[in-house]
Amino acid sequence: MSEIKKIKNLKEFSTSADRFEGANLLCPGCAHSIIVREVLNATNDDLILAASTGCLEVCTAVYPYTSWDASWIHIGFENGSSAVAGAEAMYKALKTKGRLKQPDRTPKFVAFGGDGATYDIGFQWISGCFERGHNMMYVCLDNEVYANTGGQRSSSTPIGASATTTPAGRISYGEKRNKKDMMAIMAAHGAPYVAQVAPNKWKDMVAKIQKGFAAEGPVFINAMSACTTEWKFAPEDTISISDLATDSLVFPLYEIIDGTQLNITYRPKNIIPVRDYLGAQGRFKHLFTKQNEYLIDEWQARVDAKWDYLQRREEASV
Amino acid sequence: MEKKGWDGFEIGAMLRTFDGAVRDIATTLPENRPYSQSSSFTASVADWRIEKPLFNKDYCIDCQFCWVYCPDMSIISRDKKMIGIDFDHCKGCGICVEVCPTNPKSLLMFPEQKDEESALAEWPKKEKKADTEVKED
Ligand SMILES: Cc1ncc(C[n+]2csc(CCOP(=O)(O)OP(=O)(O)O)c2C)c(N)n1
Ligand code: SF4
Ligand code: SF4
Ligand code: SF4
Ligand SMILES: [Mg+2]
Repeated sequence: MSEIKKIKNLKEFSTSADRFEGANLLCPGCAHSIIVREVLNATNDDLILAASTGCLEVCTAVYPYTSWDASWIHIGFENGSSAVAGAEAMYKALKTKGRLKQPDRTPKFVAFGGDGATYDIGFQWISGCFERGHNMMYVCLDNEVYANTGGQRSSSTPIGASATTTPAGRISYGEKRNKKDMMAIMAAHGAPYVAQVAPNKWKDMVAKIQKGFAAEGPVFINAMSACTTEWKFAPEDTISISDLATDSLVFPLYEIIDGTQLNITYRPKNIIPVRDYLGAQGRFKHLFTKQNEYLIDEWQARVDAKWDYLQRREEASV
Repeated sequence: MEKKGWDGFEIGAMLRTFDGAVRDIATTLPENRPYSQSSSFTASVADWRIEKPLFNKDYCIDCQFCWVYCPDMSIISRDKKMIGIDFDHCKGCGICVEVCPTNPKSLLMFPEQKDEESALAEWPKKEKKADTEVKED
């Protein structure tokens, strides 16, 4: 069995040697990179990684460079999940046949994909991997938009956000469909571990990644990734925007074990109004007009209802 | 590095991050790694910056917020101490400055041309305000 890396506090965490390298081409202030660091640094085990097409993949494998200090594969937009699942299946087969060159190693299999790759285009592949029960972790870098191709809406884009294919203007207030509940969908696969994380809550995130690595079977992680370019805020504000998201409960942090046991893992001391979160980002600027202001109240009501639902599920232990 | 054209590679060619084998990469610090020319570690994005962060160790409490939230692996921490900035890989985003909890801040943004000595000489003094609250880790 692999040993779980000891990370008592941030000082101890800071002794990690990153296996993800700089001079990649992600935007200054990109949260994808902060998430990747927290995931990779949560373990000292070997890593077998895949990435679906999207900002992370495009910016970290630019000829003639790679930014990855681990085995890493990219195939297409839709199949980061099945690429890693294939490697994991081969690993299991070699292990069964006693043909592993380094049988003492306990590698971890991780796939990264954007929300476009996860909620939409790669969904069928992910579902297949989870149904087959591969021993792998799938991390969705959820920036609620197809960032790499210029900001088209995805099924993760929340109501009222202006995206290039759902632009706000004189007639429209932007995206009209509610964000898909990917957490519930993945939990419904009966996965042993499903968790929502945010990079500004590094300790919560690292604890969940370690739980995920310790679980037997497919693990789904939905990681909020504040995107300076598409959410339209200054690059130095990535962490403060993320704080607004977690503390307004727009992005609640919780986990679902074996598809049934829901635990809330972060309760803000002071819950801040959703309005503050929306107001800090250019993609919601048009909501702060007379004609659209009712949408902010609706937002708040949706967030309150979801928080209420999560608390009731936790209490009922379902 | 001599660049091959796209058709100069064999199908299925693999880029190697290191020259030679490294057994325990997760416990080998960058200064001890044999990076190959294919690792972006050997490249620089210094020319992306207009402003750069500078570090004043006199005020630093080694909380490591800057280390954990830097997106570009550019805060150099060794033995639980923040020791400096990697200016080949820092993109000048300013996150490290934003998250630094000390008063005055131990990291501040300066124009790219600024020299460290004069920056340290004009470093602001402690501000009187109650809301420099240290986040729990
Ligand atoms: C099958 C396919 N369709 C479309 C594209 C074009 N494409 C490349 S990246 C991308 C957007 C990725 O969005 P997301 O998965 O959310 O990742 P992000 O860039 O936001 O991190 C698109 C549409 C593609 N590469 N392959
Ligand atoms: S567009 Fe957004 S997700 Fe893509 S690299 Fe820039 S900040 Fe990161
Ligand atoms: S400015 Fe940004 S990239 Fe540079 S050290 Fe600070 S956080 Fe890292
Ligand atoms: S955030 Fe500030 S106080 Fe904390 S380690 Fe970095 S420079 Fe030092
Ligand atoms: Mg996206």
